[in-house]
Amino acid sequence: MSLQSILFSIFAIGAVASAVFTITRKNPVASAMSLVAHFFMLTGLYLTLQAQFVAAVQVVVYAGAIMVLVVFVIMLLNVGREVQAPSARSLRPTLAMLISSILVVMVSSVIVSNPTGKNALSDKAVEIGTTASIGKALFTGYLFPFEAVSLLLLAALIGAVILAKRHVSETQS
Amino acid sequence: MMPTSIPLDYYLILSAVLFVIGVVGVVTRRNAIIIFMSIELMLNAVNLSMVAFSSFLGDIAGQMFVFFIMAVAAAEAAIGLAIVLALFRNKQTVYVDEINLMKW
Repeated sequence: MSLQSILFSIFAIGAVASAVFTITRKNPVASAMSLVAHFFMLTGLYLTLQAQFVAAVQVVVYAGAIMVLVVFVIMLLNVGREVQAPSARSLRPTLAMLISSILVVMVSSVIVSNPTGKNALSDKAVEIGTTASIGKALFTGYLFPFEAVSLLLLAALIGAVILAKRHVSETQS
Repeated sequence: MMPTSIPLDYYLILSAVLFVIGVVGVVTRRNAIIIFMSIELMLNAVNLSMVAFSSFLGDIAGQMFVFFIMAVAAAEAAIGLAIVLALFRNKQTVYVDEINLMKW
């Protein structure tokens, strides 16, 4: 068993376990912490794929920025443990199992047919994963989407402020 | 270059399993914040398959898409949590089955 497959197994099992933990914990803070663990496991998987830049951004953006936002909102709203709703709870797990089994069948039927026929990393995998090559592609071929994303982030910023602020009449009274 | 012995299928099946876990989370949970985290799980599952394709095919497009998906996810996080905040302020709840204003 090579080092690569050992690392892949550790990160894959860790990713699935922390994902299951995220959706099963009653306490939202425990969910958030397992989601952070999940993001770190994915970072490890990206590194086994030689994608260094994506791995670094995963830690900074997801495990850093987005999770701080989520934990902050959990604390702000003071959400406690989730209690069971009094009624209409019996249908949901059944529905979830149905949907997920259909999805698993659909996706694995495609994967098993092996559409790409690739069994090893491309020779170019190391060079395309570096910050230099990502930056070069970002400012040449992908310049327009890059600028569009800046506009999107500005819109999201303004939208979040407007959605979350108290109304003027509310603060005056 | 360190060649890997892990085939592409393993990454894709892992990605599919993580995506389905996210779907189950969205369908079964009541807490809007945990539903939101399940959506992040699904986004990350797709990112994993994108990076896997990118590295196995030697094409940078997959990693560029992951970059843009992360930017959209950050925007979505800010807006989604602001909506949860506004909802809590008006309804005093984050449980999605207690919000039935548009249901008849």
